[in-house]
Amino acid sequence: MDVLFGVPVLGFVLQFLAYLIDAIFTTNLPAQTLQLATPIALGALCGVMNERSGVVNIGIEGMMLTSAFVGFMAAVVVSDAMPATPGPFFGVTPALIVGVLAAVGAGMLVSALHAWLSISVRADQIISGTVINIIALGLTAYLNRLIRPSGSAGTFAPLQPPDGLLDLPIIGWIFRMFLTSGPITTSVIVLVVVLQIMLFRSRWGLRTRAVGEHPRAADTVGIDVIRVRYRNVILGGVFAGLAGAWLTLEFNASFQNGMTANRGFIALAAVIFGRWTPIGAFGGALLFMVSEALGIAIRSNPPPGDLGVFLSGIQASYPSLYNNFFGALPYLLTLIVLAGVVGRSIPPAAVGRPYVKEGAS
Amino acid sequence: MRALRRFWALAAVPVVSILLALLVGSVLIILSSLATEKQLNLMLPFVAYESLLQGATGLSFLDVTGRTITVAFSINPDQASRAITSTLAAASPLVLTGLAVGVGFKAGLFNIGGTGQVLVGGFVAALVGSLVAHQPPVIAVTIAIVAGGLGGAVYGFIPGALKAFTGAHEVVSTIMLNSLAAFIIVGLVNDIFKITGPTFARTADVGNAALPILFGRNGNLGIVITVALVGLTYVLIYRTALGFEIRTVGANPTAARYAGMSPRRLIVLSMSLCGMFAGLAGAFEILSLGYYPAVFGTTIGFGGITVALLGRAHPVGILFGAILLGAMRAGAPAMQITAKIPIEIIDVIQGLILLFLAAEAIVPRLLRSRAEGVTPGELETVSRTYGETTV
Repeated sequence: MDVLFGVPVLGFVLQFLAYLIDAIFTTNLPAQTLQLATPIALGALCGVMNERSGVVNIGIEGMMLTSAFVGFMAAVVVSDAMPATPGPFFGVTPALIVGVLAAVGAGMLVSALHAWLSISVRADQIISGTVINIIALGLTAYLNRLIRPSGSAGTFAPLQPPDGLLDLPIIGWIFRMFLTSGPITTSVIVLVVVLQIMLFRSRWGLRTRAVGEHPRAADTVGIDVIRVRYRNVILGGVFAGLAGAWLTLEFNASFQNGMTANRGFIALAAVIFGRWTPIGAFGGALLFMVSEALGIAIRSNPPPGDLGVFLSGIQASYPSLYNNFFGALPYLLTLIVLAGVVGRSIPPAAVGRPYVKEGAS
Repeated sequence: MRALRRFWALAAVPVVSILLALLVGSVLIILSSLATEKQLNLMLPFVAYESLLQGATGLSFLDVTGRTITVAFSINPDQASRAITSTLAAASPLVLTGLAVGVGFKAGLFNIGGTGQVLVGGFVAALVGSLVAHQPPVIAVTIAIVAGGLGGAVYGFIPGALKAFTGAHEVVSTIMLNSLAAFIIVGLVNDIFKITGPTFARTADVGNAALPILFGRNGNLGIVITVALVGLTYVLIYRTALGFEIRTVGANPTAARYAGMSPRRLIVLSMSLCGMFAGLAGAFEILSLGYYPAVFGTTIGFGGITVALLGRAHPVGILFGAILLGAMRAGAPAMQITAKIPIEIIDVIQGLILLFLAAEAIVPRLLRSRAEGVTPGELETVSRTYGETTV
């Protein structure tokens, strides 16, 4: 093995693969990836809900940001009013619960605006999403400066299964990946599976897909196209709201302006990557965010051997570039994957087109 | 009279949208007094908008003391000329980012990558500018500006080529490129191009490549070039064969292909052109600052979207839209000082204008008229091609 590692370029690749395999099976890389992928996956579920019913939603970013802010503010207010010790399960406090509910409510409210603009007003859906992004960015920054929230409501605590369970051969690995995070991350996998089944095995799913593919045909068999679209867009806001809550109540304990950092758009790419299916989009989210998790792992624990020496050398000479490169990695990866994959990905046929009932104008 | 009616049909929706946005903004301003003065101050919007107007134009219409408002017109010539120059200086990059979005609309493309293209254009202009810092000013300025425009064009070319050849929709790819540019440029400035001396990380001075001031305190060369570019863009889009092809592919890519045009070539070309405009905006910002700071937060990229829609994606409309937004930006610091309102209110009002523009049904219904909506028809192409592969 050491001989192979010595080969100039191939050696680096092999060392990297060895490091990767080691990281996957012995470190918390999988759990970290799942955590970082959570807001992307939730945003993507919002996107799937919208686009399967024929509504383009590029406002996910703004919905997340609004929810993150509202959830955080609500949690701070409640925690000031009634301080409580974190519960044993996920470190739950009343403040955090209220925060999540407020975030979800805010997500639904902003979604309702998008639904109204793109379904009833029949505004251009891409512009409607852009409006939401710009207003969310400005309004949260404005209110954040005005209110200047002091203090914090803390965050949810990660789940801690007993050590004995984590040490089991294969089950232990699965537990470490899926059950050592906060409540929102832990629930993502459930939400993805439920939505996947609902979309392809339930009456609601069939109607949604019909409305997204051929609204006129759906209308003739008695499906209320407008109602289905409204319901899907507003329910999609629940996922965007949860993604926002993850930002300020689970991953961070504070709000910063523009903290969504274009995650809403990575989510859109995940939707396209996953061919408008919840499970596919979840896979896309994991793929995009493994680069960030890997970046964190490499920076905190560089690989051994020549590769590690090489990376440490770059880090020593160009510390800022090194860090920023890892920061940029998810966006770069998303761009590359999007360019490579989109050719084989076909969106719902009616996506982006407002529906006008025949005879009405 | 007919010309007037025609003008109103075009301008009604933008004008009423702006008024509605200011109205909603005044509610937010009143609410802000709860935080800053611990009571609702119903007079605050008057104070705020008055100082905004004064900061942007030097004109004053109201005299607000305590709870009484008197109409008192006054003008301070010195202040007025300074304020108007500042407004124009703030408007000129917005015109360019507006063109970066508006020309894209004409081609059926939605360029949200203005932010990234501004960063790249500004960064390249700063680097090249520092290299030619000791050349004669005419040569140095020209080279730096051209370099900035080219940098932006290259950064617009990328999403154009991705869309044309892989089908990656520009709405996602340009946003990814925005983040990419922000991260990588910070790293480059901090590690490679930082100069020793200043307390914060920044590139070397551009010296003779700095934009010359032609009038007033900050009336720079960029303003003049911008106005010329508006004229050139109008000619390009409405008076040349290429412009006709761009508009055709924007209105209907399939028809364009049947007519023997190459949608791929036009998409790549239009996106590069958009990138060039945004790159020039960045170049003007940086060359008037004199260096590129590692932390260069800019909102003119997104401002361009509002400007382009306000101006119905028409170069002359974009000019007016940018002057309005430029006035708000130039007047905002005065408003922040006088009325203690966070400067971010400008971004909110800008978003609200966009909201009322987008909700086409609202304003015409309010006016009970047939005023034309502002969303360019080509936008339908943007939505229709979302996620599609065939170009």
